[in-house]
Amino acid sequence: METTVKKYTFRDFASDQEVRWCPGCDDYVILRAVQKALPEMGVNKEDVVFISGIGCSSRFPYYMDTYGMHGIHGRAPAIASGVKLANPDLSVWVITGDGDSMAIGGNHFIHVLRRNINLNMILFNNKIYGLTKGQFSPTSSVGQKTKSSPYGNTQPPFLAGELAIGAQARFYARVAGNTPKELTEIFIAAEKFNGTSLIEVLQNCVIFNNGCFTEFTDKNVREDKQLHVEHGQPMIFGKDRDKGLILKGLKLEVVTIGENGVTEEDILVHDAHEQDPTLHQMLVRLQFPLVTGLIRSYDDVTLEQREDALTVQVKANSDFVRTDDLFFSGETYKVE
Amino acid sequence: MIDLKNSGQDINTLEAVVVRFVGDSGDGMQLTGTQFSDTSAMFGNDVATFPNYPSEIRAPQGSLYGVSGFQVHIGSIEVSTPGDNVDLLVAMNPAGLKTNLYAVKPGHTIIVDTDSFTKKNLEKAEYDSNPLEDGTLENYRVIEVAMTSLTKEALKDMNGLDNKAINRSKNMFALGMVYWMYHRSTDHTIDFFRKKFKKNPLLIEANTKVLNAGYYYSETLELIPNSYTIAPAKMPPGTYRVIMGNTATAWGFLAAAEKSGLELFLGSYPITPASDILHELVKHKHFGVKTLQAEDEIAGVTSAIGASFAGNLAITTTSGPGLALKGEALGLAMMVELPLVIVDVQRGGPSTGLPTKTEQSDLLQAMYGRNGESPVIVIAASTPANCFDYAYEAARLTLEHMTPVILLTDGYIANGSAPWKIQSVNELPEIRNHIVSGKDENWQPYDRDKETLARQWAIPGTPGLEHRIGGLEKDADTGNVSYVPENHEYMTRIRAEKIKRVQNNIPDIVPEFADEGDLLVIGWGGTYGALHTAVKELNAEGFLNIGFAHFNYINPLPKNTEQLLRRFKKIIVCELNSGQFAKILKINFNEFTFLQFNKIQGLPFGNDELVQKFKTHLS
Repeated sequence: METTVKKYTFRDFASDQEVRWCPGCDDYVILRAVQKALPEMGVNKEDVVFISGIGCSSRFPYYMDTYGMHGIHGRAPAIASGVKLANPDLSVWVITGDGDSMAIGGNHFIHVLRRNINLNMILFNNKIYGLTKGQFSPTSSVGQKTKSSPYGNTQPPFLAGELAIGAQARFYARVAGNTPKELTEIFIAAEKFNGTSLIEVLQNCVIFNNGCFTEFTDKNVREDKQLHVEHGQPMIFGKDRDKGLILKGLKLEVVTIGENGVTEEDILVHDAHEQDPTLHQMLVRLQFPLVTGLIRSYDDVTLEQREDALTVQVKANSDFVRTDDLFFSGETYKVE
Repeated sequence: MIDLKNSGQDINTLEAVVVRFVGDSGDGMQLTGTQFSDTSAMFGNDVATFPNYPSEIRAPQGSLYGVSGFQVHIGSIEVSTPGDNVDLLVAMNPAGLKTNLYAVKPGHTIIVDTDSFTKKNLEKAEYDSNPLEDGTLENYRVIEVAMTSLTKEALKDMNGLDNKAINRSKNMFALGMVYWMYHRSTDHTIDFFRKKFKKNPLLIEANTKVLNAGYYYSETLELIPNSYTIAPAKMPPGTYRVIMGNTATAWGFLAAAEKSGLELFLGSYPITPASDILHELVKHKHFGVKTLQAEDEIAGVTSAIGASFAGNLAITTTSGPGLALKGEALGLAMMVELPLVIVDVQRGGPSTGLPTKTEQSDLLQAMYGRNGESPVIVIAASTPANCFDYAYEAARLTLEHMTPVILLTDGYIANGSAPWKIQSVNELPEIRNHIVSGKDENWQPYDRDKETLARQWAIPGTPGLEHRIGGLEKDADTGNVSYVPENHEYMTRIRAEKIKRVQNNIPDIVPEFADEGDLLVIGWGGTYGALHTAVKELNAEGFLNIGFAHFNYINPLPKNTEQLLRRFKKIIVCELNSGQFAKILKINFNEFTFLQFNKIQGLPFGNDELVQKFKTHLS
């Protein structure tokens, strides 16, 4: 298969449509990162399908010169599931936002993760409704003032990763929207992963929620505020690479290497492949530092694999090849 | 093989007979009824059946609402409905008698298991006194049989059977009696035991013993004064089987998938009374059928839209409340112009309504239940067996016209069964599709077939045809998003015109009994049997001025509909709703007066009410 794949550049994946997001939106960064990642994935362009719901991010498929469908609000994971089950050879991508995936489409979001269909979901989380012009979303903070919460939001937010891993996500990554290189790398890893991959992108909305992640993502502070995890590597962060995480009782704790006798050996080593999601959930929930990178990547059987195996088994044990074999089987009788 | 000779009682030949088996949910009435109808069908009778079971999964034993029934209509003449009133009621307990006595024709026969008429069971059935003793049944011919004791007696020499197994076989005693009454062979049922209990020879022997005991009991005790024969019906030659409507629907799609060379995908969420289509299709992985029991109705339809985009013959199945949930997605399918079949097995509405009862009240929802102007093809099956034909037809139309098709059936025909002359896939009409394979330099996603206006179907995986579709309005040529006012109006008209042109691909409506005359009876969907029977009866009485037109194609209507309407002085539209099809006809043909006959009780039309109504318009 690999040998027949054509060579592409990112330009091959850009459609002729003018991109119409607001100037300065992180969506541009994500779009370009996807277009740069695709030539590295070893897939033919005609086998790539982007499916979206509704929202700013969901315009995405129109900008990709691949197959694509701009669906209806919240339903992209279900549409994409149908695409993938109909043709498992396709590389299927879901483009969704925080409202699309966790409010109106919450049901499809959790069930696609539970089923583990081999497709990739990019979740553009900007903690706000952009396209409907500024209402709070299921990831907005309590107290956040928006068009529909002028006195402050009273609804506690979801953490996308916590919800996803609770719904049995096997692959979950969190990446800042201003780190194109990391985005490209994680998209490639998502495509290589056999199962449902969820990439949450912390995406700044310049118009309605500007600076919503700046506290962690600003390039002046991010090394001190973000812990970028990598499988097999100690969880060390900070400009001076001297901070790390240890497990104390049932809590994660930030320690400084060299202080109180702490050495690098004491720091937790990240195991993204672990089946038990307990530590992954703790990393997701940690308020400081903000954990980014590939947090969970647990290899598991996909729905298509289970279905295929069943089909092979049923076919092997069945006398029915054509529908006539079924129609004329069993209790039939002749009228002369 | 039992000798069918009779032991001296009278033998009457009947044209048709209606038998209803009733008992507790656990008494095996569905099985008993199915055996009687299958045996009769194999004997050559025309048959129509209808089950009636409680919506409670395990209703308390002996209670009125726990009664399960199965009605069988068999005939040497054409049988189009399961029948209204019954000639023979087999009641396995007092609750069954109480809830079904109304349906027995006066002077006709009731068989009861007297062992079940205990004080406790009478109380549960809310009888103050024993109806077998207090004169309640004096207008009927009652055959009292201690079935439970006789079953025990028949099995007394068999070791290894527990009480439960013995009790559960008493329905076979009843079936044996009914077989004797109607001169039916027990062979088919004994064959059935051999297959069903292949791994438990003890049960084969026990059930056979009880069945034969019932048969011989009737023969020797002369309890039953008459026995009856129903000669084989005249049916077109061929190989037949008895099929349930929902099974026929599922099989229609199997046939369409094979004929069109496409894989079949079903996305569905369980809902009464449509779930049996899902249950049937999941069995057929050997044909490569793909099914997804989705997380909800919306995922059912949207996963099907995804599968359709990827090149499968995609369907979704539901009932009224589910169709409401699928509305937005249906609009998407119409907008992106992909093939998709939505089956709505209608039930009593609105809201949760009457889930286990039948109604035709989703018609306007099917026609208009979406935002914006979003016409789709709407067709309806009208008998259990032709659910096969219309499922096949729905698939053919959606593939040939690249627009969604709603197939309406209803609880009555979906759960009813009738003989189906098996159709080999070889004999079925060809199904074209619009799959485009090669790269044409000028190809555009919204290029249309000049005749049908169908869009081309460019399937992911096809090099060079990468394109985007979606719910936003599309430019008529390029398929890119367009907000141009004139383009939107043009596209709206194109989508309507596309549906109109389906008229060129469907048959004309052909009336039955009369081509012109005084009264045209119009029906659609699952009421065919009742309406046909009523008009036939009037016709036989000498009313030759009454015609009957039954619609299977609703959007669009057949081309010749207006010509047909002109040939009759009066038109009456009969529906199990308050006049939805009549509304559609009024919109299309406003110069005509449409009389209405409507019933909204969750029940099918009765023959008498129809005949009386039509007579008032004939005199």
